[in-house]
Amino acid sequence: MANETFYSEVLTDHNMHPVHKHEMSVCTCSREGINPSCGDDIVLNLNIENGVIKDGSFTGSGCAISQASADIMLDLVIGRTVDEAERLHELFMKMIRGECSEEEIDELEEAGALRDISHMPARVKCAVLGWRTMSEMISR
Amino acid sequence: MNLNERNYKTDFPAFDAYPGLAYLDNSATTQKPGAVIDAVRQFYREENANPLRGLYGLAVKATEAYESARIAVRDFIGAKSEREIIFTRNATESLNLAAYSYGRAFVNEGDEILVTVSEHHSNLLPWQLLAKEKHARLCFLECTPDGEYTPEMLKAALTPRTRIFAAAQISNVFGRLNPIKEFAELCHANGTVIVCDGAQSVPHIPVNVREIDVDFLAFSGHKMLAPMGIGVLYGRESLLEKMPPFLSGGEMIEYVTRENATYAELPHKFEAGTVNAGGAVGLHAAIDYIGKIGFREIESRENTLTRQLIEGMRDIPHVHIIGSDKPEEHHGIVTFTIDDVHPHDIAAVMDSDGIAVRAGHHCAQPLHKHLGVMSTARASIAFYNDSGDIEKFLGCLKTIRRRMGFGE
Repeated sequence: MANETFYSEVLTDHNMHPVHKHEMSVCTCSREGINPSCGDDIVLNLNIENGVIKDGSFTGSGCAISQASADIMLDLVIGRTVDEAERLHELFMKMIRGECSEEEIDELEEAGALRDISHMPARVKCAVLGWRTMSEMISR
Repeated sequence: MNLNERNYKTDFPAFDAYPGLAYLDNSATTQKPGAVIDAVRQFYREENANPLRGLYGLAVKATEAYESARIAVRDFIGAKSEREIIFTRNATESLNLAAYSYGRAFVNEGDEILVTVSEHHSNLLPWQLLAKEKHARLCFLECTPDGEYTPEMLKAALTPRTRIFAAAQISNVFGRLNPIKEFAELCHANGTVIVCDGAQSVPHIPVNVREIDVDFLAFSGHKMLAPMGIGVLYGRESLLEKMPPFLSGGEMIEYVTRENATYAELPHKFEAGTVNAGGAVGLHAAIDYIGKIGFREIESRENTLTRQLIEGMRDIPHVHIIGSDKPEEHHGIVTFTIDDVHPHDIAAVMDSDGIAVRAGHHCAQPLHKHLGVMSTARASIAFYNDSGDIEKFLGCLKTIRRRMGFGE
């Protein structure tokens, strides 16, 4: 029953009641992230000032994993510098490869709910969609 | 359930390995019976040489095994001659062969190619590419929300420029059986060639090419208990004769000079290179196995299970079935959505309960756009499924919204 626990309350909550899923009038950059094979399609908006992510939001549609992961990610990175956000992105990817220590997973807070996604290879791209999109934005 | 007592799962080694698995993804590929696996093994142990070439005993044996598979396919679909049976890798390659060889030679600028909006990408993209290359028009036959196409609808869509009409006999999304025989009559009266995708029909209902009178019929072995990598294109002999080769190379020639070549007789003209003889032998064994069970039994079991499935799904709130509400119009294919739950999440929850279903656009993106849904989930039945599989599916289906955090 791996998935019975996989769709944890953290995930279903962020999917049904995403805090950061809304349009954003003030933002410095926006980027679309798509998984063509599943139809996950989000637009990530960030408001970056002096290297700090002041605010962020996303819009679009997709499966529970893609939506919850993007929402959790924004919880984590809002208020942090782009360097810190990128470090968390690397940590998230490391977790998905199953290479993170428990301490490192703790650092990812609620995103740790996605640690078992490595057992569902077809869904990895859903979990990383928001993170990948953010990383592409801040590396520019 | 009034399914007879026979447990067909015991014929399939996959269910020894996964005894509890409710495998409901048969439209994607079926499991393989031991008889098929053993036949392939036997070929490679005792009959393996390069067919059609060698002059020694073992090569003759390999050729006999390969060519007797062709005869079996000929009889299975009621073709007039084995010259009309071309082995390919799968239905996709078969349809590409029809488009590239027949289409390139006989479709010209300004001509029209008509396809149904619910075609699998494999019966759409070869025509889309052909239309682009030839500056022909690609036209679509639109279906009703129930997935129905009638002869009247086709009649209205055919024009004097329609060279080709491409349609599935059974849609892989709706599961609905199209009136292909009537379509073929209308096409022929209009001078149009009809290309039929039989990938979802040939495994489940008796298909006779002389009765439905299509010009081409494509299907895959792996969706009808045979190995992956073997497929069939049936083509009307008079058309195949005038078509240029598709792929070129070894064993499809008669005589080759530096500048020119003459091509081998049918069907070898269309089978370049070393063939998948093991796959053909496996397909032969699958046809024999199906013959032993009989389509009466196959259809009766699949219809009973489809009825159980659809009637059970009707009672579950927030579940919507795509296409007809009549079980007998689904041929074991039931595509559905659940309010608020993405189909990939449906498939993941099902997987955790030991149920295999497909989720996504089922290689029919234009259809999903036409229906106004992003993607869907699909359960598809084979005769070896049983009512326990359906109960398990329905039991899980009821819990999905709750498990995703929604109300029941």
